[in-house]
This record gives sequence, C-alpha cells and structure tokens, in this order.
Amino acid sequence: MSATNTLSGLTADQPGTTKLFNTGAPRPAFRLFVAVVILLILVALPFFLAPYPLSLAGRALAFGLLVVSVDLLTGVMGMPSLGQVAYFGAGAYTAGLVGIHLSSSGLVQLLIGTLAGAALALLTGAVAVRTAGIVFLMITLAIGELAHIGVDSLSVVGASNGLAGIPPVSVLPGGEPLTVPGYLYWWVLAVFVIGFCAAVILNRSPLGRSMRGVRDGELRLRALGQNTYSVKLIAYTIAGGVAGAAGTAWVAQTQFISPGDLGFDMAAFALLSVVLGGAGSLWGPVIGAGLVIFVRDWLGGYIEGRGTLLLGVVFVIAVYVLPRGVAGIKGRSLRRKSSDS
Amino acid sequence: MTTTDTSILDIRDLTLSFGSLTAVDRVTLRVDEGARHALIGPNGAGKSTLFGVLAGRLRATSGQIFFNGQDVTALSEAERARNGLVRTFQHSSLFLGMSVLDNVGLAVERSTSQPKRPWPSRRRDRAVTDAAMTHLESVGLLSRPSALCGALSHGERRQVEVAMVLACEPRMVLFDEPTAGMSVAETNRFAEIVESLPRKVTVVVVEHDLDIVFRLAERVSVLAAGKLIADGTPEEIRTNDAVQEAYLGTSSNEALFGAAS
Repeated sequence: MSATNTLSGLTADQPGTTKLFNTGAPRPAFRLFVAVVILLILVALPFFLAPYPLSLAGRALAFGLLVVSVDLLTGVMGMPSLGQVAYFGAGAYTAGLVGIHLSSSGLVQLLIGTLAGAALALLTGAVAVRTAGIVFLMITLAIGELAHIGVDSLSVVGASNGLAGIPPVSVLPGGEPLTVPGYLYWWVLAVFVIGFCAAVILNRSPLGRSMRGVRDGELRLRALGQNTYSVKLIAYTIAGGVAGAAGTAWVAQTQFISPGDLGFDMAAFALLSVVLGGAGSLWGPVIGAGLVIFVRDWLGGYIEGRGTLLLGVVFVIAVYVLPRGVAGIKGRSLRRKSSDS
Repeated sequence: MTTTDTSILDIRDLTLSFGSLTAVDRVTLRVDEGARHALIGPNGAGKSTLFGVLAGRLRATSGQIFFNGQDVTALSEAERARNGLVRTFQHSSLFLGMSVLDNVGLAVERSTSQPKRPWPSRRRDRAVTDAAMTHLESVGLLSRPSALCGALSHGERRQVEVAMVLACEPRMVLFDEPTAGMSVAETNRFAEIVESLPRKVTVVVVEHDLDIVFRLAERVSVLAAGKLIADGTPEEIRTNDAVQEAYLGTSSNEALFGAAS
C-alpha cells in the first residue's frame, strides 16, 4: 500500500515510502512471495497426507477462518469477543440445511451461510456493540451460549444429536459430489482463502482504519465527528459473515454439525488462538488456530485424549516466550527498525 | 432561536453541576464568527469543563448552546464535530498504535471521504493521503509520517492534534491548553499556525501562557469558579479589577501583564 507523493516539495524528506495504512508491511513483494509459498504448500497437502490428517487440516482451516473473524473484532477493533461461534453455527447449520433440502452446491451453501452469519450478527450486534470491554465480552459470551442452547433444543436441526445426513458438497449446483478427501479439502481451502482475502481487504480499507481508530481511541474518533456505533456495527456484521463462511467450510468438511461445535470450548479456543497467534495481525492467529487444532486433536491423541491439558501448557509457555504471539516474532525486528529511524 | 448574524457561538445560561458542585455556572457568552477568542482563568475555574460541554462530551445541566444559528444543546459530540465545532484535548489523545499519517488520515477521511468503505480504493485513498500530508506540512510535521504516534515527543503529538483538527474542516476550533508542555519554538510555531488559519475559522483557546493569549486573542473572557467574571478586549481585561482579584489575588498588574505589553 505504498503511495507515492504527488505533492511537490514533500518527496525530499520522504521519498515515496509513505504508507497510507500502516499494517506493518515493510516489503510487499516479499510478503506476497511468502504468501504464495504457503498457499502452494497448503494446496499440495493432499499429495502428502493420509485422509485423517487431511480432514484435520480441513477442520483447522475452517476453524482458522473462525479465528480470523474473532481477530477482526479482538485484534483490529480491540473488542475481545466470545460470540463468533454463534455466527459460525448460523453458517454451519444453514449450510447443512441447504445441503439436505435445497442444493448440494458448496457455492450456494457458502453464499447463504455467509448471509445467515452476517444477518444474525447484525441483529445481535445492534445491542452488543453498544457496550465495550468486559461487558462486551460477557454479552458476546451470552450470544454464543444462547445459540448453543437454541440449537440444542431445536428438534428440526436434530437438537442435541446434531444435524446428520448432510450430503457431500459439490462446487456448482448439480455438479459431481466431492467425495475424494483431497477435492473436499481443496474446497475448504478455497473457502478459507476467500474469507481470509476478505479480511485482508477489510483490514486495508478505510473501515479497517476506522476499526483501529475504535481500538486506539473510540472517544477521540467520536470527537472527530465519526459515528463509532455504525463503524462497530458494520465491522461486527462483516466479522459475522466471515464466521458464517467458516461454518459452511466446517460443515463441508465434517458433513455433520452439532451443538457441541458451537459450545464455550470452541469460543474459548478461538479467542485463545488469537492471543497465541498475536492479536491484530491476521496471519498470526491463523497459525495459532492451526497450533490449537494440532495440539488438541493430533498430539492429544497420543496422550489419551488429554489434548486440552496439553493446550493449557502450550498456552502458558506461549505467554512467557511470545508475549505478542506468533506475529510478535516479526514485530520485534520491525520495532527495532522504527526506533532507529 | 434568534442569533445575530455575526455570532457563530451563542451560549445562554449554561450550567453544569456534578451533584452539589457547580463546575460551569450560568455562563452566557457570544463568540463572533472569525473571532480569535481566549478563555482564561485560574486552575479549576471550569475552562476545560466548559469546553467539554461545548463540544458535547459533557451534557449541560441547563442552558442552551447555539452554534451557527442552530440549537446544538441536544446534539452528540460527533454531530457537533460534523457541524464544524471541533476541539483539541488538554492531554493529547491520539491513536497511539497508529502512524501519524493514519491519525490525520482518519480525520481527513471522516470529513471528505468514506470512512466506512470496507475495501480500499486507490484513487480515493490517495486523495486522503495527499490531504493528510498537506495538513502535516502545515503544522511542520512532514519528516516522518509513518512513525507511530506513540513514538512521538510531547510537542510533536500536540502538532498532530492540530493537524487532525485542521483536517476536520472546522468552522470553529476549541484549543484546550494547546501549548502546555511545548518548547518555546513549538509554542511560536503553534501561534503561527493559528495566525495563518483562514479568517472564516473561529478560534477559541484556553491558555495559561498569557504571552500567547495577548498575541492571538482579540477578545478575552475570564472564568473563575465556574462563573464568567469578565469579557472584553485584551486591554480591558488587563486593567479589570475583578480579574486581577480572582486571577492574581493581590499581585501587581506589571508582574503578570508587563511582559506582554
């Protein structure tokens, strides 16, 4: 996002390195290179992994997108939230119902699931974003729990048994169902990439800057004449849509969704991933999400299901070793540079 | 709802009480459009509180505020700012985790562009950057626009505050102790910025530095214990007995005002 100065006389002290949005991108070309390499590795995973680890990777991606939506609120806008599971659930259940009754097309499910997540976020956010800090955290916790209890008692979506019998997704309506694990994984990856790109675009937009303004000084932003309520509500709605998209990816991967998938555990792990990865950076929390799924579901398998305990240990170590999360590793060298200049 | 053509701010019987403490006590004051007006008074006189009420951060207990002929008493802080009534803060309150350019950019974007557009636009965002750079140039802070505000010195932060206020395209600016903690050079620079503002922008300044007050102000109001005790030209204020009583206790005229004359 480097913008060359068009004002005469300004270029002398600052030769074209002015950044409109300071998202900590020193060399865009290098970042793009790293992103492409990581994407290629993710695309190539089906050639190396057995079906079970691959399905785990798919779930990690879906969960990673949920974590991105939590990070948009927590890291970018400074409003830690435990309620994104509700919109994740809205997307997942909607996608499942669409899959059973309407269309097995992943695209259709993604679209409707995203809209469902965003619509529910708009409705509940209208109240929630009036608050801040610990009150906001508690209200979003209540939203998540209400969603959890709601589907738990709703027999049309299988109540506590969950929504089963969801057919495998196809990409286009009437297309070939993705029964091969690799193809299915690629679809989940595609949803993740779309959602992640949406988050990156948002982060670099004027709204993204306004969101950081809310984080750093909401009162000051209001004194500039900005209606911060609408900024927060729009951001909350978009984050809800991202969580909804994550839900559709989850359901595509597992072909099953139950109230347990939107319980407090999930909300807490999502927030934990944000902290682990480094709030405010978008890629850090995704790595945090991968780490959480890997430790809990993969390493945990070797010590007889004590994955959560192991996760607790990892978290404590991370707080000591990486106080700013995974993303903070890069930040260290950046900060050193900026203090030199 | 009648105001004369020349007054942009018309305060009527404005009162703000916190329980039994009356911080602003029936203040009635008019500020002409384009005025350079100073508000002085001893510590705790209620100057910043009055600014808070004018800007909308605090709600008046009673009384009315007319801005530009419109009753703004019930409007929110953001609505008043959009109408052109903008303030700076006594304690710099910037977005410390964001760059200097982002700070000013937020203000530019709010007043001239689309602060809630959720995708970037090369042309529009470039225009915002250019405008922000212009404002930074006018306060003399061009050297490092991508530095984090949290890394700036106190004086530089105050300059960013001024750039942000200018970026709001104000009709009236309330400067709350703008030169507090500034070096002599920075204070001079600030005075030059205010002097270079277009005459259509009205300036009200709360200031302890009386050199600055008498350099900038064409009209001075004195607040003591929440009450407006004097209002007049700098010459009248210098010689006003009530002011000297409230402001200086018993100290002599020359001791305070001598240096500025």
